[in-house]
Amino acid sequence: MSYDDDGRPGQFVTVAVIDYGIGNLHSAHKALRLMGANAVLTDTHEVIKNASAVVLPGVGNFGACMTALRDRGLDDVVHHVVASGRPFLGICVGMQMLFESSEEAPGIDGLGLMKGSVAYLSSDVRRPQMQWNEVVVTQDDAVLSRNGESQWMYFVHSLVAQPTHEEHIAATVSYGGDVTAACRRDNVLAVQFHPEKSGRTGLEMLGRWLSIEGVV
Amino acid sequence: MSDRVARVIPCLDVTEGRVVKGVNFVGLRDAGDPVELAKRYDDQGADELVFLDITASSDNRSTTVEMVERVAEQVFLPFTVGGGIRSLDDARRMLRAGADKVSVNTAAVERPALISEIADIFGTQCVVCAVDARQTDSGTFEVFLHGGRTPTGIDAIEWAIEAVKMGAGELLVTSMDRDGTREGFDHDLNLAISSRVGVPVIASGGVGTLQHLVDGVLEGNVDAVLAASIFHFGEHTISDAKDAMASKGIRVRPAQSSD
Repeated sequence: MSYDDDGRPGQFVTVAVIDYGIGNLHSAHKALRLMGANAVLTDTHEVIKNASAVVLPGVGNFGACMTALRDRGLDDVVHHVVASGRPFLGICVGMQMLFESSEEAPGIDGLGLMKGSVAYLSSDVRRPQMQWNEVVVTQDDAVLSRNGESQWMYFVHSLVAQPTHEEHIAATVSYGGDVTAACRRDNVLAVQFHPEKSGRTGLEMLGRWLSIEGVV
Repeated sequence: MSDRVARVIPCLDVTEGRVVKGVNFVGLRDAGDPVELAKRYDDQGADELVFLDITASSDNRSTTVEMVERVAEQVFLPFTVGGGIRSLDDARRMLRAGADKVSVNTAAVERPALISEIADIFGTQCVVCAVDARQTDSGTFEVFLHGGRTPTGIDAIEWAIEAVKMGAGELLVTSMDRDGTREGFDHDLNLAISSRVGVPVIASGGVGTLQHLVDGVLEGNVDAVLAASIFHFGEHTISDAKDAMASKGIRVRPAQSSD
């Protein structure tokens, strides 16, 4: 059983932030709570499966994250949630894991929920990209853009998703050429940047996601 | 490097959970509270924050962990904690408390494997290696420890390259010759390092004017500029700094609109 911060049991959870034991996952959890969501950080399968919306955060190594996710049986849980049609948000490595594979961890399968692979950024630019950058929305997306304006978000990554299907790319960012900043496939939104570390701009984006998806 | 967006990073010295070194924002109730100051810098458009723990003894470090927790609770900007990170355990405590990165210095010089130990578990993106250097009589740069007092005989450029090989995802380069002088960054030092490594470089030490920040990026080719006193005493805001940089053609994140 999992409890939210007010001590209530897990069935009241509206947003489950998947905790697979790697990295600083607290920021996303805290940011979602600040924006009004009853969010919990949890690895309990039933809590995640019953949540109204699910967030897969992530920092660090693709292989380590995928392995940690699999070891806890959470890969199947992610598939279950995405298939159920409920809103799903992947952040940074949580975005990259949705793809089939990554150059960072050859031989380790990703979740395969998006077709394509994850590749290193160009060696012509500093890696990691560790800076704010302007996210250019390439498809009409009310979560990613605010009144149609592009948004400045904070990035920390050395690799980037290369979706097979261009129509899945929802936003790009210029870093050694235009690279994928966000993907959208039905109920799945995936962002390479860290909205939970992008100040008010990022918090507002999380707020739009929660409200447009009807979570809060 | 045309896709670089230069970062402006205020540095806060903290001890026992409080900011020290005369921070003086107009209208701020409690000048020593790290959360209040962090929020103020966030409002001004700071791109990241660095907290440097100057607590002399490690006995009181738990107050720093509590401070990190409070900052992480309320400030949604990336922040680094440095000072006194001597072991993987120290790094873990700060990162678990909510810091995005830890900065290692003396302990990494003494035992470089510390960098890879942290990077292997938490990722290279969360390990900043601080390189404190002075120029020698022969023109080379030497790593100094303990606030610039202790020479090591180690070449600063070679150490920077080695630190990146060990897994440092970013370098915080401080000229101990310039630190506190308000005469500007040491561009020779910054350029020598930034041209030899592939990771981002933060310049530190010597900022006295906004032009120094501009020069740091244009002449030292660094990715971020760090300063303390010019921001703390209310002389300049972060958005002043960004305006100055943008007016010289440096790409920066615009200050957030206040609507």
